[in-house]
Amino acid sequence: MEAYISGSGIISAQETFEKSGFPENIRPLNAPFTYCAEPNYKDFIQPIQLRRMGRILRMGVTAAAKCLKDAGIGIPDAIITGTGLGLVQDTEKFLSSVIENDEKFLNPTSFIQSTHNTVGAHIAVMLRCNSYNCTYVHGNISFESALLDSLMLIADNPELKVLLGGHDEMTEHYFKISDSAGLWNKYYPDGRMPENPERAIVGEGAAFFLVSGKYKPGAYAKFSGVSTFYKPENTHAIAEKISGFLGEQGLALDDMDLILTGQNDHAGDYIYNSVKTSVFNDCNLGYYKHWCGEYHTSTAFAAWVAAQILRNKEIPRDLILQKKRDKSPKNVLIWNHFRNISHSLILLSEC
Amino acid sequence: MYRRVVITGIGIISSIGNGISESLKSIRSLKSGIGPLTILNTIHKHSFPCGEIKLTDEELVVIAGKGVPDVVTRTTLLGIIAAKEAFNDAGIGPGEKPSVKTGIVSATTVGGMDKTEQYYFDFLNSGRYLEYVHTHDCCDNTQTIAECLGINDFMTTISTACSSSANAIMFGARLIRHGIADRIIAGGTDALSKFTLNGFNTLKILDEKLCRPFSNDRLGLNLGEGAGFIVLEADELPLKENRKIYCEITGYANANDAYHQTASSPDGYGPYLAMKNALDMSGFKPGQIDYINAHGTGTDNNDLTEGLAIEKIFSPRIPKVSSTKAFTGHTLGAAGAIEAVFSILAVKHGLIIPNLNYSGRINELSFEPATEFNEGLDIRSVLSNSFGFGGNDSSLIFSKY
Repeated sequence: MEAYISGSGIISAQETFEKSGFPENIRPLNAPFTYCAEPNYKDFIQPIQLRRMGRILRMGVTAAAKCLKDAGIGIPDAIITGTGLGLVQDTEKFLSSVIENDEKFLNPTSFIQSTHNTVGAHIAVMLRCNSYNCTYVHGNISFESALLDSLMLIADNPELKVLLGGHDEMTEHYFKISDSAGLWNKYYPDGRMPENPERAIVGEGAAFFLVSGKYKPGAYAKFSGVSTFYKPENTHAIAEKISGFLGEQGLALDDMDLILTGQNDHAGDYIYNSVKTSVFNDCNLGYYKHWCGEYHTSTAFAAWVAAQILRNKEIPRDLILQKKRDKSPKNVLIWNHFRNISHSLILLSEC
Repeated sequence: MYRRVVITGIGIISSIGNGISESLKSIRSLKSGIGPLTILNTIHKHSFPCGEIKLTDEELVVIAGKGVPDVVTRTTLLGIIAAKEAFNDAGIGPGEKPSVKTGIVSATTVGGMDKTEQYYFDFLNSGRYLEYVHTHDCCDNTQTIAECLGINDFMTTISTACSSSANAIMFGARLIRHGIADRIIAGGTDALSKFTLNGFNTLKILDEKLCRPFSNDRLGLNLGEGAGFIVLEADELPLKENRKIYCEITGYANANDAYHQTASSPDGYGPYLAMKNALDMSGFKPGQIDYINAHGTGTDNNDLTEGLAIEKIFSPRIPKVSSTKAFTGHTLGAAGAIEAVFSILAVKHGLIIPNLNYSGRINELSFEPATEFNEGLDIRSVLSNSFGFGGNDSSLIFSKY
């Protein structure tokens, strides 16, 4: 199963929207959480509509519109999205008014827009796109599920042009709640949580891709596989999952020109570091979350990073953790986990 | 060549009963589960009847049995109960046969909102109940059910409003057809919450009386809660092990109405496409569908447009049509799976489940829903519709294997 990427629309903490390719200047993320560099939505959305739309709906719809434009596609044959948290701002707005107003004087707009499939549905309404439309909401493997769905659709019919996206937003309230609950603390093995655990800088983003089963001029990278696994018992189990996944694609670790890990910062965490020393000794290793922050669909951003690397045949220095070999990149493996619960593997290859 | 996907186990909990046997009993005696709210603490408890499961969370914990975590939402509890029943029904013990690639696809609309709305201001201000924060996420029910069943391989969660669990079943079937899994437990779960009750109230589509799907004087829907799960397998597995097969999933499709976030297009184009594409996939002619378990919420908009779409495909020979939502209420993210369970039972027992509270034909439609209970008929294929916000329309076809 493979899907050629012929367009993308990326809204992130970096200047990734206007120009394609990597931004010239990478800005450091604001701790403890960082918002996206948002584009001028008026170029994409009517002002009347814009007023009623929450931030992630604006970001999602605009990233999707940019992606279609980038690929030169009017109406896609499917719209498939992943979101870990959905439309947080609208959910909070409706929920707070239900509680504060004792269930009286409520406005339907934020309720309607709180539904997790709002972004995908809104894109369909704007484009009058009657095709397949689905939304996956499984934490940090939401984008991976949407990708798997896309790959299956394309395996059935390689002609299909699928709009695939991942989007998540951060809000002040949700950050406060999730941070108090310790959700963004780095992973420490059981029972070893220090008094002041290190935590990730939290982020947000919307990343859309136009993918198809047929290579067409202009395509610059392809998704060649995706896999997820749950609560691995130990480092060895993770190593086995990785080699098993690559084996299914007829590849080995040695064929990987870069492993893009989901570690939050240069230091990494217990899981990344133990696999690194036992399995990835001879591999090129990189990371990306110092560009976009930690959020559930950050792997959609990582996929864009990987696709750009395959397109430019060059790994930006700022992404490199460990350099062991020097050849033009053909295969990039993204490996991410959240609190050692769900892990994911995404393979991208040159066209 | 795609593999054939069959159903080998079913599980359900809703306001008409905990489990298949209680649910069948209620259906046979035409007993609706809709009535005044007594468990959900809301100012609307006397205004809007709902299909509420008359068991407290504490009672549900006991029923859910082994493996239930201390910190758990009502949504997840309902899911565990239905999923365990489906697994047992299929004759699969937890964690057995690691060679069979087993996964779970669950669905929900609001996840752990039942707890979040109780504790939200505590989360924010007092720092209490923070252990419930992660249970808000839609994937919490999926992971907890997976752990109860010993599933540690593939899992995901879908949320496409009221068609969520129909899409979960569809995705599960596709995973098996593509060989990504051999067995998938698929379904959905949603508990009643003030969030959804008030949300639907702001849309002014809740009936203050019992809902009357496909009736000319219908005034809206009644909400409900529950969970439904079905075990999907590549047919070679139950054949080899001599386990029972309820039926086969022969067709499915999802289409988008692309008209409005909450209202369907005047002629029900999305519903039409979903039904038509599911039929095309199954290779059946419209005349080969014996019963349609309609989405039939009881709202003005849904029943008219769904009816028009049914006419467009099936006229002049419209099969038996009924909505079972006057039994269970609209269970949102669970509805597609609960109604899939009803459709599977319809194939197995030759059932026509009557459309309760019917009071007269919709002026614009040519057909009336089935209002008589029937059993032992020759029902070979059932079409089940689930439509949701965002124009998300899905149809599933279950057929004798």
